[in-house]
Amino acid sequence: MTPIPDPHSDLSIELNADEAALLDELPQLQGVGQSRRDFMVASAVGGLGLFASNLLAKEAALAGMPLAADAAVATIKAQNVVQVALTINGSPQTLELDSRVVLLDALRERLGLTGSKKGCDQGQCGACTVIVNGERRLACLTLVASLEGGEVTTIEGLADGDRLHPMQAAFIKHDGFQCGYCTPGQICSAVGMLEEARRGDVSHVTGDVARPVHRLTDDEIRERMSGNICRCGAYPGIVAAVQEVHSGRQTAQTWQFATQAQLAAVRKEDDHAAV
Amino acid sequence: MRPFEYVRASDAASGIAAVGTTGDAKFLAGGTNLLDLMKEDVERPTRLVDIGGLPLRQIRRTRAGLSLGALATNTETANHPLVREHYPLLTQAIVSGASGQLRNMATNGGNLLQRTRCNYFYDTAMPCNKRAPGSGCGAREGLNKIHAILGWSEGCVATYPGDMANALYALDASVRVRAPDGQERIIPVADFHRLPGDTPERETQLAHGELITSIELPIASAEFARNCHYLKVRDRASYAFAMVSVAAALDMSGGIIRQARVVIGSVAHKPWRSAEAEALLTGKRADVVTFERAADIALRDARPLAHNAYKVELGRRSIVRALMRAARLA
Repeated sequence: MTPIPDPHSDLSIELNADEAALLDELPQLQGVGQSRRDFMVASAVGGLGLFASNLLAKEAALAGMPLAADAAVATIKAQNVVQVALTINGSPQTLELDSRVVLLDALRERLGLTGSKKGCDQGQCGACTVIVNGERRLACLTLVASLEGGEVTTIEGLADGDRLHPMQAAFIKHDGFQCGYCTPGQICSAVGMLEEARRGDVSHVTGDVARPVHRLTDDEIRERMSGNICRCGAYPGIVAAVQEVHSGRQTAQTWQFATQAQLAAVRKEDDHAAV
Repeated sequence: MRPFEYVRASDAASGIAAVGTTGDAKFLAGGTNLLDLMKEDVERPTRLVDIGGLPLRQIRRTRAGLSLGALATNTETANHPLVREHYPLLTQAIVSGASGQLRNMATNGGNLLQRTRCNYFYDTAMPCNKRAPGSGCGAREGLNKIHAILGWSEGCVATYPGDMANALYALDASVRVRAPDGQERIIPVADFHRLPGDTPERETQLAHGELITSIELPIASAEFARNCHYLKVRDRASYAFAMVSVAAALDMSGGIIRQARVVIGSVAHKPWRSAEAEALLTGKRADVVTFERAADIALRDARPLAHNAYKVELGRRSIVRALMRAARLA
């Protein structure tokens, strides 16, 4: 088994030519403005990269494993091919695909937009939430064929260049995630949901549905976001983030990055424990 | 998912023809239930006719009341000012179901046609007379916590899972449909869904190729706007199907009930409207004793299965609570 490399070593040495090319070909990280490879290398060099370099080491190990002789991948033949012209994150696309392809798979497998996540793939978790023609919808239950002329916004399309969408910034500020898998869906859902609130839409917890609701309580936010499941249970942070963007009232960030002194103190304790 | 031919309908007539001429063709609107069932290999259409572009999305006032386009989304319908003002029971029912994302996709016509959530219907390794007629019913002697207590047959104990339809039954809505020969007909919603009997695979009165074009709400049902309540009881507070739900509507004058509507959801193969309970309430003073008697009558014929006897008492209490809230006594 390939040993896990020292995270402080020069990461580029660990990549073979194929992997380097693969990483370079991945789409630019929106809002970061650099290639995924540069991002991972930079974060590794920056001392935050233990996770990233482990990941790369595992990928390198997997890449080194010989394929079984009979593992040749059968080509899946597209059937009932449809041609669809639509706009994704402001860019016009014309896709030719099997009529069975849902938006989630087209985004992830055809367009390299892997921000939208596949959770349950049957409309129960919300991880694939994207915005279609201004409305939040589930990409796993939307046939691309039905989107002729449509406008799709995914998590990759929310930021304005290097400037995060306010909802993205609020999720970071309020720690609205742990593993991050549900986060793109949560953020797209929250952005769509606040548009619904601007229209005055009512919900299951609205007292009198005859009156429009524009000002959302935390209970209203919880109810309206119930289609997005978070298994880490980051709900308090999610509600705080959505409420801050909705109300415009800045609330204090409850966490900070550790200072160098704090990190040094922790390292010292670890050394002590090791003795 | 099995391969299917995708056809985009340019007008209602050609869309209806495209479905009507192929035995296993289906209309595609919001797709929230159909696509899920196709992924599960429960629905196996060889052709999908996308009606999403047809001009059936309008919600408009008519001389008879309010007409809800079949393709208006659940969100659009629940939040339409005329629905909220005159038929708030429908708004309450719709927003108690699914999630924001799903309500943005799901249409009124599709909501009426949603299939049961019976686990045995969904699991193609299990027998199910609804999915595979003649294969038997896995739920009858299986795990049947979520199943029917009223109107079931030995062949099928599945329930209709929706919320919107419960309110439509209480509001005496009707369903306008167009047939392949171009003829229109209007089906009172109370007759729209069927009890399972020996043919649980036939869930509604629609013939193959018939298309729902609108749902009509009568003007008289606006009398219930002040005193109505939709109560949904479920395993968690949001985004779950009902164990029991109740659509309660009262037309009251000085504490006396002029007319009443009591519909119980998720207890039968269709929304269960209790004419006996409604008759008992008519002309009576609205109070808890009267509501308890109405609830007893509504569930008098309940026949629970091995795991759902709780639905009888839960249903009884839910009817009382929904009526108390409708009467503004709780």
